[in-house]
Amino acid sequence: MSPTAHALAERLSCPLVERAGPFDPHRVRRDFPVLDQSVRGKPLVYLDNAATTQKPRDVLDVLEVFYEAANANVHRGVHHLSQVATDSYEGARNKVRRFLNAAHDREIIFTSGTTDGINLVAQTFGRKSVEAGDEILITQMEHHSNIVPWQMLCEERGAKLRVIPMDANGELQIDRLESLMNERTKLVSVVHVSNVLGTLNPVASIAETARERGIPVLLDGAQAVPHFKVDVQALGCDFYAFSGHKLYGPTGIGVLYGRSELLDSMPPYRGGGGMIQKVSLEKTTYADPPARFEAGTPHIAGCIGLGAAIDYLNRIDLEAAAAYENELFAYATDALSEISGLRIIGTAQDRVSVISFVLKGVHPHDVGTIVDQHGVAVRAGHHCAQPVMRHFNIPATTRAATAFYNTREDIDTLVRALHAAKEIFR
Amino acid sequence: MSNLRELYQQVILDHNRSPRNYRCMCDADRTSEGHNPLCGDHLSLYVKLDGSTIADIAFQGEGCAISKASASLMTDAVKGQTLECAQSLFGRFRDLVTSDVSTEPAVDGIGKLAVFVGVREFPVRIKCATLAWHTLKAALENSKLPVTTE
Repeated sequence: MSPTAHALAERLSCPLVERAGPFDPHRVRRDFPVLDQSVRGKPLVYLDNAATTQKPRDVLDVLEVFYEAANANVHRGVHHLSQVATDSYEGARNKVRRFLNAAHDREIIFTSGTTDGINLVAQTFGRKSVEAGDEILITQMEHHSNIVPWQMLCEERGAKLRVIPMDANGELQIDRLESLMNERTKLVSVVHVSNVLGTLNPVASIAETARERGIPVLLDGAQAVPHFKVDVQALGCDFYAFSGHKLYGPTGIGVLYGRSELLDSMPPYRGGGGMIQKVSLEKTTYADPPARFEAGTPHIAGCIGLGAAIDYLNRIDLEAAAAYENELFAYATDALSEISGLRIIGTAQDRVSVISFVLKGVHPHDVGTIVDQHGVAVRAGHHCAQPVMRHFNIPATTRAATAFYNTREDIDTLVRALHAAKEIFR
Repeated sequence: MSNLRELYQQVILDHNRSPRNYRCMCDADRTSEGHNPLCGDHLSLYVKLDGSTIADIAFQGEGCAISKASASLMTDAVKGQTLECAQSLFGRFRDLVTSDVSTEPAVDGIGKLAVFVGVREFPVRIKCATLAWHTLKAALENSKLPVTTE
């Protein structure tokens, strides 16, 4: 007999069992089926976590159960499956709300990812609030996804994009912050953790400075939420965007948190089904947030999968995982620093889980190919942050980004592979 | 790791370290820009023509060992050749690096360029090996648009 829709509800409501004992990466690894494989005849060492993280079995199971036993469209369906799907979908919203410590479920908008969330703010809040001569303030270490949407908006509106510079270590020059804000500044948009440098920016203090001047703040949290607990109310931000696939969840799903006062005043982004109150051929009135910003059938399975990823993180205890990751990061930093000719790019005081480096005489793309032959997955290139490359006057870096399922042995393998690269280019 | 050794042959490593014809040419008849957005590689190519012959050629840029060595070896290979000959060499070079690994590599008449046979084993690196050639093609066709391998 096939499973019934109850299977999904049961799967999603299973009680959280606290794991006993200290955080054990070797045990956690077993929850991620993809990690148990060989690449080029070598055990896979996955260090491309800043690009996307692997998915625990729990997430994979939930996706399968949803499609196998409970697939239906959400909202307005009176039939049983639609109710299960709707409950699971809205249940996922509630899980995200608690995960970010937002005040209300209606402040959680499902998007397709961080990029989509930032574009949503640019196209709704931005088009409503930004006029000719106004300014948007970003930083020099943004991912292209927190540069281009603002350039497009500025071009359309005749507004100006201003930039908080960074220093030689890859830290923001915060002393410049106040002089870069003025009465024309309509939004400050800052990356929480740099995807290239690993720099953890002082976003709470930036938000406070902006708030004193009544300027809303958006944080790009794509590289932050996978690594430590984020509390949007404590940070004092107005918008917070992240991607599900970097948080051990499915691709194609993301979240935009928006403070309800702001969301309520924002016009819709895309028109279509699900975002309306009433439609006639003459006039349409719009639904309240979050539905106002979720036109069309959402990525239901993705939302439910993201909820399952959050459940998983709660179960393994994200704080314990974060403490372990910091320890591993220190180990990796030391191990890589010992390689002669290797220079770590980004040496900020506060960094998280991302190490970019250049190896003298070996281009990052060649490094990537060579370490891949040792089963090691890293990323080589400009990491969608060309202004960061320009700042450090380099064309590209190799980036190793850890997750809590990585081990010291993974780092040791990377180090051996880097020595092999040096040997070839000797 | 033998395929790594085949990819990074000594000739390639040598041309990466000391690229030939690596300079700016202020009086070039044709110039062209090539980009590989995937890894940030870029090169500027300069060509001086004498009728339908490539009288001189030079390049400058940033890139991985494969793209730099390919540009270097290409400039050596096409200098003094007719445009037709250079086009034909590009065709044979592309056929070599994109050929199936199970087939016998066709290296006749391409001289030193045969060192790029190892690229066949690394499909993501084909763009690195062909960037300079695509840029040359654009220069010879006098295209003003920058070349990209994406």
